[in-house]
Amino acid sequence: MRALIVPCLCALLGAAGCSNVEPWVKPYERQNLADPIMAADSNPVASSYLNHVFEVREGARGALGGHGGGCGCN
Amino acid sequence: MRPTIRLAAFALCVTALPSRAAVLPDDRADVLYHRYEGGGVTVDGPSLLVRKNLAEKYSVAANYYVDLVSSASIDVLSQASPYKETRQQGSLGLDMLNGKTQYSLSVLGSEENDYSSTTASFDVSQDLFGDLTTVSFGYSQGWDDVRKRGDPSFSEPVDRRSYRLGVSQVVTPSLIMGFALETITDEGYLQNPYRSMRYRDDDVPAGYAWAPEVYPSTRTSNAASLNARYFLWYRAALHGEYRYFTDTWGVDANTVRVGYVQPVGAQWTLEAGYRWYDQSRADFYSDLFPSANAQNFMGRDKELSTFQSHMYSVGASYELPSFGWKFLQRSTINLFFDYTNYDYADFRDVLKGGAPGAEPLYQFDAAVYRLFFSGWF
Amino acid sequence: MRPRSILAAALLTLSLTAGAAPPAPAPAPDFALPSRDGSEVRLSDLKGQVVMINFWATWCGPCRQEMPLLEQLQARYEPLGFTLLGVNVEPDPAAASAWLKGVPVTFPILFDTRNAVAESFGVQGMPSSVFVDREGRVRYVHRGYKSGDEAQYADLIRSLVKE
Repeated sequence: MRALIVPCLCALLGAAGCSNVEPWVKPYERQNLADPIMAADSNPVASSYLNHVFEVREGARGALGGHGGGCGCN
Repeated sequence: MRPTIRLAAFALCVTALPSRAAVLPDDRADVLYHRYEGGGVTVDGPSLLVRKNLAEKYSVAANYYVDLVSSASIDVLSQASPYKETRQQGSLGLDMLNGKTQYSLSVLGSEENDYSSTTASFDVSQDLFGDLTTVSFGYSQGWDDVRKRGDPSFSEPVDRRSYRLGVSQVVTPSLIMGFALETITDEGYLQNPYRSMRYRDDDVPAGYAWAPEVYPSTRTSNAASLNARYFLWYRAALHGEYRYFTDTWGVDANTVRVGYVQPVGAQWTLEAGYRWYDQSRADFYSDLFPSANAQNFMGRDKELSTFQSHMYSVGASYELPSFGWKFLQRSTINLFFDYTNYDYADFRDVLKGGAPGAEPLYQFDAAVYRLFFSGWF
Repeated sequence: MRPRSILAAALLTLSLTAGAAPPAPAPAPDFALPSRDGSEVRLSDLKGQVVMINFWATWCGPCRQEMPLLEQLQARYEPLGFTLLGVNVEPDPAAASAWLKGVPVTFPILFDTRNAVAESFGVQGMPSSVFVDREGRVRYVHRGYKSGDEAQYADLIRSLVKE
């Protein structure tokens, strides 16, 4: 969890002020994260349909789905 | 009785948040057949999506979706008769990539004979810190018009607003975690014009009578979720998600979801998952009110009752051999099946008979099928 | 954390201001990597030529996109004393070899399976192209790839081969 707090703070304060902490996963080490099985949402049409079923059948809504990851290219 | 699909438009828009900031989504076309069967309700139909990149800076997407509803649900059978209905929905989205920032704009419109909905959304996603951190935030505005079959003069508006914030963080070369917050406010006619609540009435043989529901005209909800995706060394993935939900109607809910993805050979990908959902009732919900004026607000929507659901999912994707079309880079055929058991703690099955308030508790199983073809070009 | 070399720090600055002219050129870190045919390729052996070192991987979309264009650059400028080195950063060379069957290239593909070379060059993004002049000095680092960047590559190569 400690690994999460510092980058989160950095993210919120803006990258400019955090040049003393180096990204610990290099751009060339993103093989696993770029793998399609690690994609947050590889079938948007299918997953949005299932989320629709949840919203209809349940009282709760929102805050679903992950983001980020991927190849981090460009 | 119309299913409570007023927030469907919202859901579909909300889940269209950008997934990566540094590279635009791939060009693709998807054709899906969806089918829901459960609790006396059958809903099926198509969903089509086309997405195309323009000038390497923009990505446009168009979706057309239909629900063909055939409903003989417990709500319908308790107070009315089975009905059929069609809901159509279309959406257009535009993503723009500018360096490490992605902007998304989308508009969604949904139409059925007694409900119209329009939602506009704006999202921004930014990659930071060596592309290890992605921060995204978004806003949606929705306008609904609630009508009533058989009463042409009935027309009530709903104003919906959603505020979203998400942060995702690469923790190790195999682990990415994130959290998301979403606040939704609704204002207007938030109930179902066809549904009634029931109250004790000793003057009637059944022992209870029906009366129109009375709902608050505002609702504010907050949801917070944590998620993680982990890459297993032998090439498989574990996904996990937890969401906490609470709102001004008194509904508190927990959602836990786990999934496992396993490629098999060069062409198959298999998935399995489990989802647990637990909800406590809205303050103004009751299966049987003591009298017709027991409270200011009264409702009997089982979706606002106390219940638990368990969903078991399996899925398979098969990568089709290249047809030799230069146009199509890759294509897959997929079948996903989700089986859910809904178990209500304070919603009773009045069709089964019994003394008022002592009828058996309702429970039902639902099966969801998703069969789709995806092509990348 | 290993102390960063001065070169890596300079390259870091270069990449953060991707597109800006570099300060005084520093020598490129030497390396020797295995290539597809088994032989070893050493950067210092290529002194006297203009070298473009392209760090790539099969899992990187823009890398795959630019590969055929790099082959065109190689074909066009090789007679003028230019060499392209495609440095693959994946732990398993099999992935690159399999993919290259569909996109054949004539320039050497080297395997930096332990990422030592990528780290010594301070690679900040995927793909990254490092332009080394005839004296073995790093003159430019181009980070990422977007359609049309190959024109920038061609301009850089032309200016460096003229020296």
